[in-house]
Amino acid sequence: MTAAVSGGDPHRIGHSQGHGGAASGRGEGGPAPNRIVVGYGFWLFLLSDIVMFSGFFAAYAVLAGQTAGGPTGRQIFDLNTVALETACLLASSFTCGLAILAVGARMKLKFYAAMATTFVFGAVFLGLELHEFAGLIARGDGPQRSAFLSAFFALVGCHGLHVTAGLLWLLTMMAQVFAKGFRRDVLNRMLCFSLFWHALDIIWVALFTVVYLIGGAA
Amino acid sequence: MSEHGADQHGVHDLAPGDEELDGSGVAQGLRGYLLGLALAVGLTAASFYFAHSPLVWAPAVATALIVLAIAQMGVHLVFFLHITTGPDNTNNVLALAFGVLIVFLIMAGSLWIMANLSHHTPGMDQLMRMQR
Amino acid sequence: MLGKLSWAALPLDQPIPMIASGVVALAILGVLAFVTFKGWVPYLWREWITSVDHKRIGVMYIVLALVMLIRGFADAIMMRSQQAVAFHGAGYLAPEHYNQIFSAHGTIMIFFGAMPFIIGLMNFVVPLQLGDRDVAFPTLNSVSFWLTATGALLVNISLVIGEFARTGWLPYPPLSELKYSPGVGVDYYLWAIQISGVGTLLTGVNFVTTILKMRAPGMGYLRMPMFCWTALAANLLIVAAFPILTATLAMLSLDRYLGFHFFTNEGGGNVMMFMNLIWAWGHPEVYILVLPCFGIFSEVISTFSSKPLFGYRSMVAATLFICLVSFTVWLHHFFTMGAGPDVNAVFGIATSVIAVGTGVKIYNWMFTLYGGRIRFTTPMLWSLGFMVTFVIGGMTGVLLAIPPADFVLHNSMFLVAHFHNVIIGGVLFGVFAGYTYWFPKAFGFTLDEGWGKAAFWFTLVGFYVTFIPLYVAGLLGMTRRLQHYDVAGWKPWLTWAAIGTAVTAVGVICQVVQLVVSIRRRDALRDTTGDPWDGRSLEWSTASPPPAFNFAVLPNVEGEEAYWSLKQTAREQNRLREEPAYEDLEAPRNSPTGFVCAFFATVVGFALIWHIWWMAVIGLIGAYATFVVFAWRDTAEYRIPAAEVAKIDRANRSARQDALATYTGPRP
Repeated sequence: MTAAVSGGDPHRIGHSQGHGGAASGRGEGGPAPNRIVVGYGFWLFLLSDIVMFSGFFAAYAVLAGQTAGGPTGRQIFDLNTVALETACLLASSFTCGLAILAVGARMKLKFYAAMATTFVFGAVFLGLELHEFAGLIARGDGPQRSAFLSAFFALVGCHGLHVTAGLLWLLTMMAQVFAKGFRRDVLNRMLCFSLFWHALDIIWVALFTVVYLIGGAA
Repeated sequence: MSEHGADQHGVHDLAPGDEELDGSGVAQGLRGYLLGLALAVGLTAASFYFAHSPLVWAPAVATALIVLAIAQMGVHLVFFLHITTGPDNTNNVLALAFGVLIVFLIMAGSLWIMANLSHHTPGMDQLMRMQR
Repeated sequence: MLGKLSWAALPLDQPIPMIASGVVALAILGVLAFVTFKGWVPYLWREWITSVDHKRIGVMYIVLALVMLIRGFADAIMMRSQQAVAFHGAGYLAPEHYNQIFSAHGTIMIFFGAMPFIIGLMNFVVPLQLGDRDVAFPTLNSVSFWLTATGALLVNISLVIGEFARTGWLPYPPLSELKYSPGVGVDYYLWAIQISGVGTLLTGVNFVTTILKMRAPGMGYLRMPMFCWTALAANLLIVAAFPILTATLAMLSLDRYLGFHFFTNEGGGNVMMFMNLIWAWGHPEVYILVLPCFGIFSEVISTFSSKPLFGYRSMVAATLFICLVSFTVWLHHFFTMGAGPDVNAVFGIATSVIAVGTGVKIYNWMFTLYGGRIRFTTPMLWSLGFMVTFVIGGMTGVLLAIPPADFVLHNSMFLVAHFHNVIIGGVLFGVFAGYTYWFPKAFGFTLDEGWGKAAFWFTLVGFYVTFIPLYVAGLLGMTRRLQHYDVAGWKPWLTWAAIGTAVTAVGVICQVVQLVVSIRRRDALRDTTGDPWDGRSLEWSTASPPPAFNFAVLPNVEGEEAYWSLKQTAREQNRLREEPAYEDLEAPRNSPTGFVCAFFATVVGFALIWHIWWMAVIGLIGAYATFVVFAWRDTAEYRIPAAEVAKIDRANRSARQDALATYTGPRP
């Protein structure tokens, strides 16, 4: 299978790298291990999710000035609540990291504790956000009021919906570790969950900067 | 994080989110998360502070906030999601770069197109008034 | 209790929809009854519905696509005949019905005809070409398929219960807002596309991961067959573009369901934001469709010219160039919305630039043909027909890319002719080429050449007779989507277009006959070698149809055209490689997750369309429960013993040995 054959193939140029060494996902050595395949697939999904958020961000940026006689961002945003929400989400990101460390060390009790703490922080975040929404709607400043408020509710609400889904996933993961232990597929799912949770925090960074801080200052 | 390194897996690839730890796993991992948390808290605090601070020239506030936000996203990516520029992360970083490019195109394109449009055409409310 | 749903939803008072929906419903019930009566349900459930095998899923995608193409073509016949007779009169289709027909035609052809066909071919071919045993996420693949089927089902339910959108294939507001479209038509569109869009997005994730992480040993990036490269580019576009569609349609849904003001005239909403966002998805979408077809043509032209693809690397570069630039041209769909000359010029130039990438490809195909030993089989005819037709369509596209010209031609029949020219000439010819090319690999017998060639010629001639007159009608000032008209100058051109549609219909019939005849003559058409076309990539190295595990041992790729070099060695030495050491293999177990999940997605979609909130909640809980049940299973794989692998592979090897013994040199 050497020179005699490749003579018939005019495209051999630059193909000297060969594929002798260990397998890797970059294709020279065969299919990548399961964990890398799963992690990479989920990473692509997260990036697509971020692209979806960019659609809502673009809508918010375009419609932010269209208050239709309703309130502006400066009039309705309460930065203290936002700071508290940010703190909660940041803390939950940290405790989610602790949960991953506990998974790595196969320490079930610490895992449950870290996940439960993550859940509490996430739930408090969600509670604060719902409280803010309820207050706005009660004052008549709901999403039907203006295009600005529509874009605001949709963008922040979409993130909130992701957090809700994340909390459901979190509880499911705790139940699964309880029922199945640290099995290989459970470990892969924990990797995906932690990626998801940290990505939500990244989106929140963009969100509090663009919506609350810049939008509130304008 | 003992899963990778198993069977045929070599040194050239890493799942996103996985961290290559050498030696004392948990302690080293904890240090990473604590460092990330400290940096993130610092950057967040700076953002909230500069948003309403006379220290920054008012028209530059938005730029300053965006710079801080991008820095903080970087911190999260490195310390929480463990996306680094190491060779084992090439595929993950390339995917990220593609995603960032698309996000940039959508945001910048939409803003440019829509701003240009509103500059050249009467707004919807004006149009409605004209029809009356 | 049942939201907006009542007996009034059935079209009992309109004869044409009533008869059409009645026939469709009876046909579906008839097929279901026949299958049940024959006792095929357990077989179908075990081997197909719950299958997670990429080859089976690919075949199911293509079956769905073929059925939907015929459904969409029925709409096309109605539109062309309506316009042929509706001169100074109302024709035979009422306006509200006609509007549903052109909306359904576009929606079905793009989302449920072209997309499933492309994805089906990728499903079947990509893992085989990569020398792989399956895609990265087999069960997710099944979920993707069934969610796509759910979308198709919802669109077709709208035929019987309620109505479909009357807004065109992209529901432009403010027409699609609740105020102007109070019925359920737009809601059918929204939920059908959202649900199938999730399926498509998951396919994109699945295939990018498969192509980047799951290749056979030695299959470096620059050794991948061209079809895999184009599939990679198309799936990257899916991952990047479909979320924008999801976000945009979600905004429209919020407007319609909860009174938001994204795209309304009131409350500061901005209609143009919808055009902007939907085309930020819509333009990459056309490249999602056409790039894999470029890959198919590359495979077909290279195989039937008996030559390696000319300029492989420039082809890869052109593919990636198109992939990136396709995200910078979307404004050319709405040059006329009022942006300034600077914006229009930038997007006009970007649009012209993207044609360069396609031009590179056309030249590469021409040079592949040059000096080749060309065999004019049916797939090759589709490819040659494509090259001519697509160049014409591309030229009219570059014409439309010039903003001042677009100001005259925007939304005219010229535009309609242009995009049919590229989509039929590019995508449809491409999937038909791929269908005839890979059919023997999937089923073990080739398709009848005579009927295939007849189908090609009727379709090609029918296409030109239909759409060249429509170019002319557009230049004469005819706008699209007219239910009736009173300009005498348009009448002869529309009559010609109707005649062309009739010719195309003969092509469609030939295609159906080809399938039936081939199945009946399957013993005469049997492909015993697994390599009926003297192919060059790895899918031809395994048996036809391939075993569940594709390859007994993963191939070791040592150059471009992985299979061709193996085959040449065997021919030179007049013997196969040594028999490998067979080992036990693990294959993913079948799972009903996809089907059950899609069942609940159908429930959720239907409930949301008709505002039956309790049913939507039940559907969501059911979908969540399905995933939990899936996550709780203990064994994901089953074992294929080495003895069985050896038995199957030895049969393939002995067929190859026979082919080698009778090999007398390259075919004429």
